[in-house]
Amino acid sequence: MAFLARALRQSNSRLSSRCPAVAASCRWISPTAAAGSPEAGAAVAPADPELPPPREPVGGARVELPPNPEDALEVFVDGHAVRIPKGFTVLQACEVAGVDIPRFCYHSRLSIAGNCRMCLVEVEKSPKPVASCAMPALPGMKIKTNTPVAKKAREGVMEFLLMNHPLDCPICDQGGECDLQDQSMAFGADRGRFTEMKRSVVDKNLGPLVKTVMTRCIQCTRCVRFATEVAGVQDLGMLGRGSGEEIGTYVEKLMTSELSGNVIDICPVGALTSKPFAFKARNWELKGTETIDVTDAVGSNIRVDSRGPEVMRIVPRINEDINEEWISDKTRFCYDGLKRQRLNDPMIRGPDGRFKAVTWRDALAVVAEVLHQVKPEEITGVAGKLSDAESMMALKDFVNRMGSDKVLCEGNGPNPPADLRSNYLMNTGIAGLEKADVFLLVGTQPRVEAAMVNARIRKTVGATQAKVGYIGPPADLNYDHEHLGTGPETLVEIAEGRHPFCSVLQSAKNPVIIAGAGLFEREDQDALFSTIETVAKKFNVTRPDWNGLNVLLLHAAQAAALDLGLVANPAESIKSAKFLYLMGADDISLDKLPEDAFVVYQGHHGDKAVYRANVILPSSAFSEKEGTYENTEGCTQWTIPAVPTVGDARDDWKIIRALSEVAGAQLPYDSLSAVRDRISTVAPNLIHVDEKEPCTISAEVKPPVKQQVSSTPFKTVIENFYMTDAITRASKIMAQCSATLLKK
Amino acid sequence: MLPPAARLAARRLLGLASSSASEAAARRLAPSPIAASSYAAAARGSVSSSRPFSTALNYHIDSPENKPDMKWEFSEANMKKVKEILSHYPSNYKQSGIIPLLDLAQQQHGGWVPVAAMDAIAKIVEVAPIRVYEVATFYTMFNRTKVGKYHLLVCGTTPCMIRGSREIEETLLEHLGVKRNEVTSDGLFSVGEMECMGCCVNAPMIAVADYSKGSEGYTYNYYEDLTPKRVVEIVEMLRRGEIPPRGTQHPERKNCGPAGGNTTLHGEPKPPPCRDLDAC
Repeated sequence: MAFLARALRQSNSRLSSRCPAVAASCRWISPTAAAGSPEAGAAVAPADPELPPPREPVGGARVELPPNPEDALEVFVDGHAVRIPKGFTVLQACEVAGVDIPRFCYHSRLSIAGNCRMCLVEVEKSPKPVASCAMPALPGMKIKTNTPVAKKAREGVMEFLLMNHPLDCPICDQGGECDLQDQSMAFGADRGRFTEMKRSVVDKNLGPLVKTVMTRCIQCTRCVRFATEVAGVQDLGMLGRGSGEEIGTYVEKLMTSELSGNVIDICPVGALTSKPFAFKARNWELKGTETIDVTDAVGSNIRVDSRGPEVMRIVPRINEDINEEWISDKTRFCYDGLKRQRLNDPMIRGPDGRFKAVTWRDALAVVAEVLHQVKPEEITGVAGKLSDAESMMALKDFVNRMGSDKVLCEGNGPNPPADLRSNYLMNTGIAGLEKADVFLLVGTQPRVEAAMVNARIRKTVGATQAKVGYIGPPADLNYDHEHLGTGPETLVEIAEGRHPFCSVLQSAKNPVIIAGAGLFEREDQDALFSTIETVAKKFNVTRPDWNGLNVLLLHAAQAAALDLGLVANPAESIKSAKFLYLMGADDISLDKLPEDAFVVYQGHHGDKAVYRANVILPSSAFSEKEGTYENTEGCTQWTIPAVPTVGDARDDWKIIRALSEVAGAQLPYDSLSAVRDRISTVAPNLIHVDEKEPCTISAEVKPPVKQQVSSTPFKTVIENFYMTDAITRASKIMAQCSATLLKK
Repeated sequence: MLPPAARLAARRLLGLASSSASEAAARRLAPSPIAASSYAAAARGSVSSSRPFSTALNYHIDSPENKPDMKWEFSEANMKKVKEILSHYPSNYKQSGIIPLLDLAQQQHGGWVPVAAMDAIAKIVEVAPIRVYEVATFYTMFNRTKVGKYHLLVCGTTPCMIRGSREIEETLLEHLGVKRNEVTSDGLFSVGEMECMGCCVNAPMIAVADYSKGSEGYTYNYYEDLTPKRVVEIVEMLRRGEIPPRGTQHPERKNCGPAGGNTTLHGEPKPPPCRDLDAC
């Protein structure tokens, strides 16, 4: 028993010394909120010399007071006056005052449950301690967070919580980042009085991602509220009553949400932990690298936790504009794909059809030799969906220097709408979607194409009862929506004002149209987008103060590729190619490729395209390189290397730079900053990191379209949410998910 | 040497089992706290060895008669009742009807609610099935596993316990040859436990939920002032299809009045002297 306590203490001291990265997990809890006498402080003005200076708000929270002073009120927290907007709870008021209130069930992005009672504080004139998370702050309220009453209340609650909580911290994966552990150190008693048997609860099977140890559960119901409110799958519930209460699904059911991994983060104890990460590492052994995700076009902010050369797990970072504090399961669990199927040596396919590892010098020499044997117009370069802007810039410059203009990025279709930036970006912005009141989804299923955008739409629908119209193949969107039709004719009907949904659009204040990037692949895409623009014009979707016309991209590389002008027609380019340079492009169709074409595959995974490649040049994955990515809303972000590259792999742009030298057409940059200088001359927005460059030119200048809309219904673009690119296809966890969760 | 907390635990547990257990005995008998607890549990006997919550587990286990993919719907007559029940609530708060609908389903289905019935109710009130499961598992009067046509519920709360409810239950279990929450082989009886039903004056008591005639003839009668002999008689009457007179079984008692007639309150009660309002 003593060793348990020691382990607890040790893990906590380690936690405190760890550099906190995610604000949610780094909330540092101190048992002494503010020194000084609270009784005296409550009565006197804050200018009293005995009072300590007011503290900064917890976690750097900003409070925007409403313009009308009547909508703000003043409360006193431990004697300090704070002004807060009306409708704030006592707990929020305390946070503004810089006093961190311990909590388990309260989560700022979920509804208030008020059932853990850990946030009890004393309020003057209230006979009992009040649960601050559920109590609205009233004008002049005198809140005391550090009195004996509040302390005793917390200690009592903590004792009850620990009553049935097993003492298995040394074997618990949450150990070291556990709210219960931290708060019991800060607010708990040094001994318990409970000597009966602790209860035990049967573990539930929630699928291949979330491991459950239900005996550790403290019934905060965060997971139930998350599943119901954010993920939109009402599978979890609180079953039973009293001490027999447990979280569960009642009937055997897996959690089939694309956001299910987030329950691991919100669980304050070790009841819900990551199954793939189970018993793999302790959180204090991990090095956190703040980077971004590239498995979809959202660019979710993530922290890659690594130990030595291995990525151990991926957790979200807070970015209110993009992913709030959630990430999709694909983002979170694709990391084991980074360890499998990797290409680590340059290889040349011998006459026997087998690959043989060679040195970089030999591989580049062979490629350069072949390059000089083909005609310039027979050279084609294809960037893959995970490519960063630097490598695409290098690829484009190189192919152009070799005398060809056939350089493209997969997924952008035959005639990419690259002329106007607003034609391929999510102009409203992901966070901007929250202001919308009507959504029209055209040929896009955000739930599988961009789970975080879908979560935003769901949040808006839940908060404001926004209406959603959907045109496309039957889909399981996890919010109320109207399935208007499956093909372009419905869109035409809306454009001509013949569809019943027109009245909804007509009455909308901030309508949003989201077109899927899957439309890029269609033959009639120009006509489609012009129809969409007609709809937009008709229903006032684009105004000076509101741009609701959006394209939801599919891949991380798409936006930057269009910015940089990788816009060749894939069908023609592939058909005429004698030398095909695939830079991580696995999903482009090579059926039309001439038999005698020479294919160079530069990439990090031995995926689809490797079967056709003649030379393989290994490159580094997003977790191993510094790269610029632009997400679907046009926000430029950087990846930061978290782990060293595998084997003899090199960064993509460096390989092309080296090849250009061997081929005698040396590119004029030798460093990353030089590449970025070059990018800034082509697309200056890609240099402004973490900024969204708004589009300035309006769509009015577009030439008229003569094309006719075809009647082919829209297709499902992504068949398997869990496997969309080389990394996720190599991942075992993603394979398990596809096998178990997509089963109908 | 045990750590102090474990020693204390062992002592307490042994103290529950036999009051004469000394600390020395505790040390001797309890080389580890786990051994001590199992000893204590064994010593406490079988009847009250564990406190059951509701009749079943908090999760569903598939069985031939209870599977989620089975079809279940309200009968024609009960469908009318469903409409009537839902008319009590605003159309956007249909979920308020979950409890009455579960009750109706339980009456129709012979005293218990299969998971298919909960799914059917979820569909009627337009909520996710889990919301109905939550309610059904919360309330102990919803049986989620099979019960007998006559479900006998023995009150186990303190006044009844003092007046001998444990003997009543033991007699019932012995007479019917079942364990608690088990159904007799003929499917007629099952015995469960319940908390106070407010008949403490006439303790001990049992409640008999009669599901033999579906939701039309459903009764829920109290039998009070029981003796082990009388409870067996009641069971036998039920078995024969008779309906025993409900309420107190004491021959000299009327309702909850004293045996042999009133001993006090013979006349019209006088107002209390302190509240002579005219004098004010």
